[in-house]
Amino acid sequence: MSDARTEVLARIAAIPREPAPEPSRDYRVSGERSADEVVELFCTRAADYRAEVVRVDAAAVATAIVRILAAHGAQRVGIGPGLRSEWRPAGCELVDESALDVAGLDRLDGAITGCTVAVAETGTIVLSGSPEEGRRALTLVPDLHVCVVMREQIVELLPEGIRLLGPLVRSEGRPLTLISGPSATSDIELDRVEGVHGPRRLAVVVAG
Amino acid sequence: MKVSPFPAAAEHELANVQLRRNLRAATDTIQSKRARVVAELPDWEALRDAGSEIKADVLARLDELLVEFETAATAAGAHVHWARDGAEAGAIVARIAREHDVDEVVKVKSLTTDEIQLNDVLATAGVRAIETDFAELILQLDGDWSSHILVPAIHRNRTEIRDLFARTIAPGIVSDDPADLAEASRVYLRERFLRAKMGVSGANFGIAETGTVCVVESEGNGRMCTTLPPVLVSILGIEKLLPRFDDLEVFLQLLPRSSTGERMNPYTSLWTGVTSGDGPQELHIVLLDNGRTRVLRDEVGRQALHCIRCSACLNVCPVYTRTGGHAYGSVYPGPIGAILTPQLIGIENASSLPYASTLCGACYEVCPVKIDIPRVLLHLRAEAVRARGRSAERLTMRIVGWTFESARRFTLAQRVARTAQTPFARGGLVRRLPPPLSGWTRSRDLRAVAKTSFRSWWAGR
Repeated sequence: MSDARTEVLARIAAIPREPAPEPSRDYRVSGERSADEVVELFCTRAADYRAEVVRVDAAAVATAIVRILAAHGAQRVGIGPGLRSEWRPAGCELVDESALDVAGLDRLDGAITGCTVAVAETGTIVLSGSPEEGRRALTLVPDLHVCVVMREQIVELLPEGIRLLGPLVRSEGRPLTLISGPSATSDIELDRVEGVHGPRRLAVVVAG
Repeated sequence: MKVSPFPAAAEHELANVQLRRNLRAATDTIQSKRARVVAELPDWEALRDAGSEIKADVLARLDELLVEFETAATAAGAHVHWARDGAEAGAIVARIAREHDVDEVVKVKSLTTDEIQLNDVLATAGVRAIETDFAELILQLDGDWSSHILVPAIHRNRTEIRDLFARTIAPGIVSDDPADLAEASRVYLRERFLRAKMGVSGANFGIAETGTVCVVESEGNGRMCTTLPPVLVSILGIEKLLPRFDDLEVFLQLLPRSSTGERMNPYTSLWTGVTSGDGPQELHIVLLDNGRTRVLRDEVGRQALHCIRCSACLNVCPVYTRTGGHAYGSVYPGPIGAILTPQLIGIENASSLPYASTLCGACYEVCPVKIDIPRVLLHLRAEAVRARGRSAERLTMRIVGWTFESARRFTLAQRVARTAQTPFARGGLVRRLPPPLSGWTRSRDLRAVAKTSFRSWWAGR
């Protein structure tokens, strides 16, 4: 008896198949909106999925975060080791997530991260495990996720975003998480409930 | 495995009023949400074309792409296993659990693992698999099984679920508000996520170029299972591959809009091998055949392997929206199940499924990867007849065919029928024929043969 790998590959190889033509790609790969419209669209779409969206000047990010944390009563907040200092809010306990185990993450009230890219058409933010975003569990275990999106990180269409992410995966194998609103379920009679296992609240601070 | 005949199962399900009411409300809602977000995209048809053509390319180069995927995933630190069938895949997962001395695993909702009855295999090996998708948990707690690909517990209402939770994971719960029920499951599962030593998932996509695995979900249970436990096993049907990372730009637009009717689902996770200090440090990927190469052998039927399990075809199907998923007797219900199941397990084991359709074509219209389901259904009906061999139906059809072949025999048959129908025809309809023809009129009327045919009217004008 041959091994499974050899046999599965042999089963496939034995099937006559015509080569398929190069797939057509006539869909949109670059947007047509102005930069302002793209930011506007992102904010609307992210809010559509019940993310809390605030727009501030680049210099006012930390102040906006302080307000969000206060509104949610978040005291102990996790951050990636590389979160830039001008985003770090005053008046709360900031904990470097890289020093925490899962139980430690579970004792946090929230997490603050940057992002890698954001997609306006779908209201999506993408994290890729950079020092400013921390590891994946940071934005999963605590109940509040505050994500700072810089205006120039927002692209209009998903293909634009995917094409920016490709190199990170190909060269570094970075793990990606695409987030569109807080976790949700519609499993009971299709009533949407926000907040199941992931953070129940997602706040997006759009800067610039 | 053999599935019970659709007509009998459907008759039983149709008597369940609760099921029909829930199902209709749910499918109508999802269907209109889908239509709304699809209409938003000016290039939807171009995306469907691309999706269909990329999948055709995957099937044409499947062996080459599997090896490419294996090489890339291995280079990124994953262990790649191959399984000819469900038993082999189950044994691999059980062995990994045993090696780590694990007796409990947390699981992401996955049709592929349902298909191979992984939970039973693991239970036999002394490993308890905890379903963590809300609906799957409900079904698991009640020993029930899925009736819809996307919303598996759609046949249960909130009061039933509250009572179930009160009996099982949340003694004393009184509220049947979905938010409170979701909270009960959150509390129950959270400690299990945090202590889990091993996670098990399926996969929506595997990227050949990079060895990346992709899971698309809403609740966050998928992220929990694929990032918190130190060991992760993902089972990937061999048809789930996409050639290049950039192909996600097509499929991550097609899938959420077709499935939940959202522009994007809340969470999509993509991981490429092991990342030091982040997520599982031991990663296994099981590449599963389990009948897929059999489907690939059929030139017409192989397009069923394009399927990305969105469930849009269920929500528009006039048969599914009435009978629900249980009537199909398989993990894959609805129009896609009617063409996929008979091919995966052999037409002789599911010969009634290709008939569970009116051939209206609504499924084809909404399919994001353009599977021509009506065409495959017809193709499989022919296969089913061939597989049955000699039968009264086949003989009758042969005689009918022979009669219709010649104008003379046809005219003669009309004349005979005109006389023979007299005791049965009322108001131009034959409502009941005597055996052996009664099968035809049991669920439909037959139009009576007219007094005068067009040809004889024309000739005598």
